[in-house]
Amino acid sequence: MIIRVSLPTHLRTLAQVTGTITLDVPEPVTQQAILDLLESAYPMLRGTIRDSTSKERRPFIRFFACGEDLSHQPPESSLPGEVTSGIEPFRIIGAMAGG
Amino acid sequence: MSTVRVLVGTRKGAFILTADQYRQNWTVDGPHFPGWEIYHITSAPSDPKRLYASQSSGWFGQVIQRSDDGGKTWETVNNEFAYDGTPGTHQWYDGTQHPWEFKRVWHLQPSPTDPDSIYAGVEDAALFHSKDGGKSWSELSGLREVKGNLWQPGAGGMCLHTIVLSPDNPDRIFVAISAAGAFRSDDAGASWRPINQGLKSDYELPDAEAEVGHCVHSIAMHPSRPNILFMQKHWDVMRTDNGGDSWHEVSGNLPSDFGFPIAVHAHEPDTIYVVPITSDSYHYPPDGKLRVYRSRSGGDQWDALTDGLPQENCYVNVLRNAFAIDSLESCGVYFGTTGGQVYVSPDSGDHWVTAVHDLPPVLSIEVQIL
Repeated sequence: MIIRVSLPTHLRTLAQVTGTITLDVPEPVTQQAILDLLESAYPMLRGTIRDSTSKERRPFIRFFACGEDLSHQPPESSLPGEVTSGIEPFRIIGAMAGG
Repeated sequence: MSTVRVLVGTRKGAFILTADQYRQNWTVDGPHFPGWEIYHITSAPSDPKRLYASQSSGWFGQVIQRSDDGGKTWETVNNEFAYDGTPGTHQWYDGTQHPWEFKRVWHLQPSPTDPDSIYAGVEDAALFHSKDGGKSWSELSGLREVKGNLWQPGAGGMCLHTIVLSPDNPDRIFVAISAAGAFRSDDAGASWRPINQGLKSDYELPDAEAEVGHCVHSIAMHPSRPNILFMQKHWDVMRTDNGGDSWHEVSGNLPSDFGFPIAVHAHEPDTIYVVPITSDSYHYPPDGKLRVYRSRSGGDQWDALTDGLPQENCYVNVLRNAFAIDSLESCGVYFGTTGGQVYVSPDSGDHWVTAVHDLPPVLSIEVQIL
């Protein structure tokens, strides 16, 4: 399945990409499958979105798609059809912090 | 003619400053890694084109960058700093035990002879070593066995911020940790001993002369005298003449013996520098005057260096890694401030120029002569 992934500015710079990233993710398309493939294709992102060992999401990272916060969904749960069909990007964003 | 290259790590990126040997007119290149905290950017003594940078962020964690062309291009290397075995616990603020958790790399220290051999001092305090230019990291976990369960973070975090490699003995390593103290290994990092005898922390520790727990801010050595080290502690400027086996105070006539960096002149082993800060509660210079203090007697007798530095309304700080010395015949002295200024003296501190004055808060300074 062709999935689009949107990264926050600093991770786009780190990965040396512009715009959204396109990944061919095997089914079933889950958060974990997307992140595994993303880190394989862009190894410089390892550890910046989730812990390298535990694979837990970093505290100030959030996952959004289709106007929903998917951050607390289990990593192995399925994603909305608009994401798996490539219509909507899977958005990785840095949480608001500071003032 | 020599080129001087200054590597500056800041809260919002890295900057590379260059000048000729007169060190008056500076070109500023950057920011590199814009928006990221660069706790340290440094070079390998054995290969001036090999640079390393510790890039970190509260959102995205730790990244290690390496350059093989003097900072023109960079590549990420391994950013996985896994504590050896079961990490264990250290003392927490409330007196309970708390698991060791990696947060960031504070200090990178390449070997003097091998550009691929590099040490990393991290928070929560531990020492890592890479033998392959940062492609993999292994913890030298014997360090945390030295009463690590009694170490406790200070306000700045429990960080290993200083690594000093002995120039005459590749097996001897000194490190300093806030707030645990100074430690020495004589077997290339396999085993360690605390070297805190003589330190007194009357207001910080229940036992003022405890074996561990002292808040050492930085240590420095002249390569020609590897058994003599100087220390800026939370309070007190200290000196050892026996490789850390015992320390004595050399604060002398300083207006305040609280501060962060300490450094030794390139060609005069008894000439040392500190930047006094008012107190632990007031992290800015006494009387709003930014003064570097220089001792030419290895401590005790200090003179203020002020020519070219602001002498009124100055309330910046100089952090522990933000002070450096070059090796030119007329020794250069460099420091960066939390106000974003980088000051340079091309004559051992007698006169100062402002190389750049509006950077983000400066976290680290290193200098190369090319």
